[in-house]
Amino acid sequence: MISFQYSRASNVAEAVRLMAGSPGAKFIAGGTNLVDLMKMDIERPTKLIDVSKLPLDKVEETAGGGLRIGALVRNSDLAYHPLVERRYPVLSSALLAGASQQLRNMASVGGNLLQRTRCAYFYDIATPCNKRAAGSGCSAIGGLNRMNAILGASDSCIAVHPSDMCVALAVLEAKIHVMGPRGERVIAFADLHRLPEDKPERDNNLNTDELVTAIELPQRGFATNYTYLKIRDRLSYAFALVAVAVGLELDGGRIKEARFALGGVAHKPWRNGQAEAVLSGRPADAGAFRQAADLVLLEAKGLGHNTFKIALARRAMIRALSQAARGTPQSQSNKKIA
Amino acid sequence: MAEAYAASSISVTLRVNGTKCGLTLDPRSTLLDVLREHLDLTGTKKGCDQGQCGACTVLVDGRRVVSCLTLAIMQHGASVTTIEGLAKEGKLHPLQQAFIDHDAFQCGYCTPGQICSAVGLMAEGKAHTADEIRESMSGNICRCGAYPNIIAAIQQAMGRP
Repeated sequence: MISFQYSRASNVAEAVRLMAGSPGAKFIAGGTNLVDLMKMDIERPTKLIDVSKLPLDKVEETAGGGLRIGALVRNSDLAYHPLVERRYPVLSSALLAGASQQLRNMASVGGNLLQRTRCAYFYDIATPCNKRAAGSGCSAIGGLNRMNAILGASDSCIAVHPSDMCVALAVLEAKIHVMGPRGERVIAFADLHRLPEDKPERDNNLNTDELVTAIELPQRGFATNYTYLKIRDRLSYAFALVAVAVGLELDGGRIKEARFALGGVAHKPWRNGQAEAVLSGRPADAGAFRQAADLVLLEAKGLGHNTFKIALARRAMIRALSQAARGTPQSQSNKKIA
Repeated sequence: MAEAYAASSISVTLRVNGTKCGLTLDPRSTLLDVLREHLDLTGTKKGCDQGQCGACTVLVDGRRVVSCLTLAIMQHGASVTTIEGLAKEGKLHPLQQAFIDHDAFQCGYCTPGQICSAVGLMAEGKAHTADEIRESMSGNICRCGAYPNIIAAIQQAMGRP
């Protein structure tokens, strides 16, 4: 870890001011990702701006019937928040599927949005990686790519976004509030993360001088018909091979609206509007779910080690949609997949 | 006003196992290294040093965290409890006694982290069944594989035979 200057900000305006004009600076909150990356010399900030004491740790109901979640709310506190458990259980479930309780106690939800890929080559500074060192090449293409992307990848990067929380937020269509030197702006969740294209060094569309201040959830929480199904190498405490978040609105046995997103398969949580639309108005049965899953995977591409993920994703989507339709969401402690 | 510190050394105050400790630290110091190298509290173990094994688990303001991914300076003013701070007046913490009763370790290297993690688990009050305890303890790896006895020990401490 290189030496850095440390500052503790006491309010949002001060945090933004400390960041302005400091290209080598980073905000730090929970530290669970950044401290690790600094130890590995992957992140080399010359200045750390500690935002962990900012007053952004509240969960509040909005006038529109939604929730405003401060960026510093800890992952565990959000997962167990009564309003989230009751109204947005897919978010609670996804949070509890991620990391360990120790890490969830530390990690902020703002930081969760911005966590970096776990691609093995991103972590191995002895190898080329376009995300870590722009223009150096991608070692995962043609390398050990078992954990890597099957959708939306490019010739320069096949990394996946590691978050579970974000897969649920994609389904809930959250909005992200950020503050920068030019004031506040609100980013639709689908526009927060990006695909790698030819700039994989950029994970998202935030400017480096902007600070996430809140996650806003709209009113609809899909609290009756939802699930978060995460398939991984171990039963707990591992990143997803494939994860699926689902929110359905049913009318009798028919689907009024379907939303589902995949984690572990792309550079961002993956939704497909066409596949969701095909479920609309259909009976909630296996035939409809198979058709939707096939649509999502039309453009899926395996690179050898990760080709199994295509079949796995198909089955996981069908299973998750069935779980949600039945109203029997995946338990995050009893690991039997119903 | 922001408090800014030069890169070389900073003053940090921690309350560790009930004792106030004034320290002068390199800002890069993790809480784990401060506990072990500055305060000689070597009960907290360094396993992976990457937040993946749980051996360094301690309680900060009553919540379990991995001390290897915590910069000590960010815990200025916090209360830290380590394995050395659990026994009271010469009497083992119920979880320490339960780990002995159930032979819940072999080499013992992960044990301080396991016990601190279990103290946090009990304070949270979210895990009740064996499945829930297993899931909630999944951040603590035991390479000897003492898991069944660890679960039994935690159940004993929770008063669930």
